[in-house]
Amino acid sequence: MNSLTRGLLQLPAYAVFAISVGYLSFWPRYQYAAPDRAVVKVSVSHATKHIKPCVLLTPQQIAELPPNMRRKESCERKRLPLTMEVEIDGDIMLRVQAEPSGLWGDGPASVYQRFEVEPGIHLVTTRLRDTDRADGWDYSRTDEHMLHQGRYFTVTFKAETGGLVYR
Amino acid sequence: MAALKRFLRTLFLRWEAVLELAFGQQNNPVVNLGALGWYFFWIAAGTGIYLYIFFDTGITNAYASVEYMTHDQWYAAGVMRSLHRYSSDALVVVVFLHILREFSLDRLRGRRFFAWITGVPTLWLIYICGISGYWLIWDKLAQYIAIATTEWLDTLPFFGEPIANNFLNSTTLGNRFFTLMVFIHIFAPLFLLFLMWLHIQRHARGRVNPPRSLAVGTAITLLALSLVYPAVSQGPADLDTVPATLQLDWFYLLAYPLLDVVPGGKLWLILVGGTLFLALLPWVPPLKPTPVAVVSLDNCNGCGRCVEDCPFSAITMEPRSDGLAFDTQAVVLADNCMSCGICAGACPTSTPFRRARELIPGIELPDHSIAGLREKTVAAAARLNGARRVVVYACEKAGAEVLGGPDAQVITMPCVAMLPPAFIDFALSRRLADGVMLAGCAEGDCYFRLGDEWTRQRLAGQRDPYLRSRVPRERLVTSWLPAVSTRRRQHALSQFIDALRALPTADNERTR
Ligand code: HEM
Ligand code: SF4
Ligand code: SF4
Repeated sequence: MNSLTRGLLQLPAYAVFAISVGYLSFWPRYQYAAPDRAVVKVSVSHATKHIKPCVLLTPQQIAELPPNMRRKESCERKRLPLTMEVEIDGDIMLRVQAEPSGLWGDGPASVYQRFEVEPGIHLVTTRLRDTDRADGWDYSRTDEHMLHQGRYFTVTFKAETGGLVYR
Repeated sequence: MAALKRFLRTLFLRWEAVLELAFGQQNNPVVNLGALGWYFFWIAAGTGIYLYIFFDTGITNAYASVEYMTHDQWYAAGVMRSLHRYSSDALVVVVFLHILREFSLDRLRGRRFFAWITGVPTLWLIYICGISGYWLIWDKLAQYIAIATTEWLDTLPFFGEPIANNFLNSTTLGNRFFTLMVFIHIFAPLFLLFLMWLHIQRHARGRVNPPRSLAVGTAITLLALSLVYPAVSQGPADLDTVPATLQLDWFYLLAYPLLDVVPGGKLWLILVGGTLFLALLPWVPPLKPTPVAVVSLDNCNGCGRCVEDCPFSAITMEPRSDGLAFDTQAVVLADNCMSCGICAGACPTSTPFRRARELIPGIELPDHSIAGLREKTVAAAARLNGARRVVVYACEKAGAEVLGGPDAQVITMPCVAMLPPAFIDFALSRRLADGVMLAGCAEGDCYFRLGDEWTRQRLAGQRDPYLRSRVPRERLVTSWLPAVSTRRRQHALSQFIDALRALPTADNERTR
């Protein structure tokens, strides 16, 4: 076989290679989320209260501790779980209880969730509990919001600045 | 496992045979997959350096700088961008084919585990390079990758707070993660290069460059693809909008859509488990250890030819330990030796004409001795009774046993390059045969890597030990074919026998 025929025979091989590389580099398209819906993202990281309140130590108790471990109060490291729910127009969309992080359960508890909703004006209610109360909530917020098609609506929390934030 | 390997091997050999029609054997892409991997790596690295000149490494201007390259400078940086992308894609393609092929050829078990084991982490590195690269464009795809990757990482119990919070909405975006990605995208390829280098450390003369015509052909192909279908961005990232419809690079991002159906934690388990499984394959099932080459110091003159020819860097020259008047002696590194016997074929003392009482060369395989090879040659010649008699020296892997018959007797060895060329002279000059055939694996595809090349060079007088010029070349033929091509092999033999008929017979006078 002469080199010209060889070269011609190589063309289809190279073409197949180029087409498969070019195609799979962009196609088929992937639908990550429905384009005609809005997406609510809920992300809350918050250090809940300790399981037991800290108790002040008496001077005598302090004196009994080894010198390098003396402190004013005694705290249980472990924290409470974080409970929260999100309601849209009265329907519960999310209800979770998150455990505190860390090996000793002393880190912040985190909730990270997302879900799709119909775009439009909605009444968004979020409630959050970070204490050991039996019922009721420590934080809550209810607002009417326009949720736009193809956009994120985020629910976050910052205790220092007053609690739940909608955006 | 053996059946799977056999099945894959047949597929590859058929594919190889088809491509051979267009490329010839030396340039066959199928036998150059590892070298193509290196080549595509270099293209990606070179184009990457060019892109870095124009790339703005801050998250606010990164997208615009890529847009500038793609559109305003489409003829240079734009082409570089497309080449960067497509060569990275091509790297994934050839590496996966390379893995399958090395697996199918069973080049991973026993002492051969090293290349396999060091290959496995390159896979993770390749993906880290690719994913961090897509991040840097900071378009909608990058935004999706950032969200999906951090959400996926958050399924691991490492982070107190979700790292996905960095990409919650446009108020949470910072430069920190982006800078980390720039850093990773520069250093991961360097580490990958280190692993690629390590990968071939037990290969003498690792084939890291594809043949020229293949290099030119693939480069033109990628360039043409880049011009016809340039890589473009998918709109600037905006953390407040949902990147709903995306064009994924499936070579790098295949795992991401799986996250819609498989929980992230489970997907980590699958990937880590799959990696461990891959890493264990060299021992599934374990290979019975084969005896390694041994040096006979009395017969070694320290010439170093065996070191030159060993395909697995398994021999070193060390200072003489036995007081003989030579400077050095050959020492076998048992862990690297794959028992191919190629060193015995290279040793100047491996000649069947030797008058020494016992034929012991400087180096040989204990279970395939050179003395045994001489006995087998004499015995095979005695069994030949056709009108034209051919001794076939064949590689065990070449499937040449089918050639046996009254006209031809087959003597197998681990690799045909174990045969010292003097044996051809021996068989013909002692009139043990009318012709000699050497049958091995397909060109450039020797199971022991370099056997076919060394044999060709020895026969052509380009490499020690030479085939002596007195040997009538018309009585010698080589047949480099994959084991599946039995019919072509038989055809080659009958053609050879026909050609021998035109020559006078060696009159069956058997000396010694
Ligand atoms: C960046 C990725 C990789 C590149 C560039 C690459 C390249 C190469 C090259 C150049 C060779 C030597 C070929 C020769 O000289 O005979 C080779 C051999 C080999 N590679 Fe890779 N490789 C890569 C990844 C892998 C992976 C992921 C695996 C398997 C998990 C693998 C398994 C092997 C094996 C088994 C051999 C043959 C070893 C032998 O002949 O003993 N490689 N590779
Ligand atoms: S048998 Fe093969 S691998 Fe072992 S030392 Fe000899 S040439 Fe090298
Ligand atoms: S080729 Fe033979 S003689 Fe030369 S160094 Fe190797 S073992 Fe010794």
